[in-house]
Amino acid sequence: MADKHIDEISGVETTGHVWDGIRELNNPMPRWWVYTFYATILWGIGYAIAYPSWPLLTEATKGVLGYSSRAEVSTELADAKAAQAGNVERIASSTVEEIIADPQLRQFAVAAGASAFKVNCAQCHGSGAAGGKGFPNLNDDDWLWGGGAEALYQTIAHGIRFAGDGETRVSEMPSFADMLTQDELRQTAAYVVSLTATPSDAALVEPGKQLFADNCASCHGADATGSREFGAPNLADAIWLKGSGEQAIIDQMKAPRHGVMPAWLPRIGDTTVKQLAVFVHSLGGGE
Amino acid sequence: MKYTFEMLLLAVGAFLALIGAGFAQDRPFGAHMWVLFFVLIGGAIVLMRRTEFRPAIAGRAPAPQSEYFDEVVKYGVIATMAWGVVGFLVGVVIALQLAFPDLNIEPWFNFGRVRPLHTSAVIFAFGGNALIATSFYVVQRTSRARLFGGDLAWFVFWGYQLFIVMAATGYLLGITQSREYAEPEWYVDLWLTIVWVAYLAVFLGTILKRKEPHIYVANWFYLSFIVTIAMLHVVNNLAVPVSFLGSKSYSAFSGVQDALTQWWYGHNAVGFFLTAGFLAMMYYFIPKQVNRPVYSYRLSIIHFWALIFMYIWAGPHHLHYTALPDWAQTLGMVFSVMLWMPSWGGMINGLMTLSGAWDKVRTDPIVRMMVMAVAFYGMATFEGPMMSIKTVNSLSHYTDWTIGHVHSGALGWNGLITFGAIYYLVPKLWNRERLYSVRMINWHFWLATLGIVVYAAVMWVAGIQQGLMWREYDDQGFLVYSFAETVAAMFPYYVMRAVGGALFLAGALIMAFNITMTILGRVREEEPILGAAPVAQLAE
Repeated sequence: MADKHIDEISGVETTGHVWDGIRELNNPMPRWWVYTFYATILWGIGYAIAYPSWPLLTEATKGVLGYSSRAEVSTELADAKAAQAGNVERIASSTVEEIIADPQLRQFAVAAGASAFKVNCAQCHGSGAAGGKGFPNLNDDDWLWGGGAEALYQTIAHGIRFAGDGETRVSEMPSFADMLTQDELRQTAAYVVSLTATPSDAALVEPGKQLFADNCASCHGADATGSREFGAPNLADAIWLKGSGEQAIIDQMKAPRHGVMPAWLPRIGDTTVKQLAVFVHSLGGGE
Repeated sequence: MKYTFEMLLLAVGAFLALIGAGFAQDRPFGAHMWVLFFVLIGGAIVLMRRTEFRPAIAGRAPAPQSEYFDEVVKYGVIATMAWGVVGFLVGVVIALQLAFPDLNIEPWFNFGRVRPLHTSAVIFAFGGNALIATSFYVVQRTSRARLFGGDLAWFVFWGYQLFIVMAATGYLLGITQSREYAEPEWYVDLWLTIVWVAYLAVFLGTILKRKEPHIYVANWFYLSFIVTIAMLHVVNNLAVPVSFLGSKSYSAFSGVQDALTQWWYGHNAVGFFLTAGFLAMMYYFIPKQVNRPVYSYRLSIIHFWALIFMYIWAGPHHLHYTALPDWAQTLGMVFSVMLWMPSWGGMINGLMTLSGAWDKVRTDPIVRMMVMAVAFYGMATFEGPMMSIKTVNSLSHYTDWTIGHVHSGALGWNGLITFGAIYYLVPKLWNRERLYSVRMINWHFWLATLGIVVYAAVMWVAGIQQGLMWREYDDQGFLVYSFAETVAAMFPYYVMRAVGGALFLAGALIMAFNITMTILGRVREEEPILGAAPVAQLAE
């Protein structure tokens, strides 16, 4: 030890060492610090006794509480399953219409469907199910293939134009690019627009009406309200899937675009498909 | 002829890089070797332009060996500042990428590649250079000995910069072994190992030839940092390359053992790089700047040994509620909680060293910066043990709370203590009477502090909200939120976080300007703070 040295300001002795002008006071450790440190060590020992801690040759000590995180998660999962058990089984053995008729079961299915919707459906239809360009809005009552409970189940289970599912919904709008002239296309589009809005040229509507009757009415209906048999959209309302306006209609007639929806039954199972159908049915447009 | 050996080494290295590029087994490796080639050939050309064809004996006498070797410290200070600005800037960029995903520019500048660039730039480039530079400065003065090994210190400095450049360019090229904070691939790891052993030799050699009877506490911390990082780096990066001319390797570990090794490394990178190393800085620069003795020698011994003994076990708390066996989770959690007081020992010794000189917090912005650094250290080392408790962790894990925790430590503790040390060092290293501007330090202090507070507070709110949304069930037992909804809910916080980061960056830019002007020898005419004498005179 070097010479004794007392720090003038604090009156505390230093250790006598000096490094580049730095000295060290010989203060004791703060007592609260020491006791808190001891307390954490004691707590650590207690915790190690209570919980799995010491690794031995083949397994670790189990702790006096017998806790195991695997057991905890299995218990929680089992509890969650048990809480839903009756409902899940009843959904499995009921038709969608039966579920909707039972208020308690319907409430459960709507909650389950909402949860499944966010994981599986929101990517295309949006988290609020409002859809987007090319993806139908599920909140309104404008249905391509039907908004009844069983129709919704069918659509979700087998999809639309989904290769690999024999029961998938299929339809195809032909291209009119070679069947109609450019003028005829414009006339038809003007007529379709005139059903819900003002066309660009009123003179085109009259010939368009005839063209529509000849070429389009077989699927979209004489009154243009569509057909669920073919998934043909209603053209007499102001709801447009692929875009509105005459140009968008001409584009669709020349090079039709067709939406595809996967078949969900093989992926998520019958129960979840039913829950989804009930949920979508509950959104406002259910029939 | 000067630099003959160095030039030869660089030229041979460049030639090997060229061979590597020519025979590369995969395209990223080829591109990376081209980068290495141009860096080395550039270095060789720079040296060649400095060559003097004079016999070595004639002319100047060799530098007197009694002097301290400070030239490398000067380079280190400049590198610290430069990498710091780069690292903070990249941090702001990736914060904005999270808020506005369109800013991800594929493939080189998407989040996945730029994020390790940010973490490595701030931890290893900014923090690492700060540690190397200050350790070289401190060990010489507290040992009263010139650095051991002569030009080996230059090798450490330039070798380390080469490691940083290779790591950073590798990330952007998509070369990574996907281990957090240990992303560089096997050949870059090998290079760092060589550099690190040289660093250990320089540091330990200097301590061994010291003229002081005792080893100062700062040097205990520096040494523990250097030794432990060497061990962590080597073990965690044990891997088998697919080809010696390829960029891909596979870890020697697999499954949960691999994860545990990684977090043993990852947590002790925090413990020994960002805690022990920076405590060493604190133990030298705070007593010097406030001109007071260290508060308690006994506390420094006990908290040092307790800290390094306990830190090494705490890693498993990164793997709570995973496939890691329960006993290992217990180990990580218990040691993390017991680590609380050993960590706070450093805070107490740092803060209490100011007793008798607290007025300097008012008059000296450098002291204010150092005190704020220690305060953030104390907060982060309380928050850490708390978050390691399994019940808390079940909420905080995988959320942005963790990101906030890391940044209150990294920006608050590591950042501010480094800034304080650099403000202390620059006038001394360049023989300036004082810094260009003391008032600018004050600006830097407030911008940085505000930035950290915004960042940490926003991430607390974000993280806790995120954690609660993930576990929210409705009355029928179904999850209420999808993952995408919880991501969307983070948007306002991510924007505010970027603002906090930008404030911190602004402070660092002011510092870079201030330091540059000081090095150039300018002095700004300004009113002293609260009528106090200029800082440089206060310090000594």
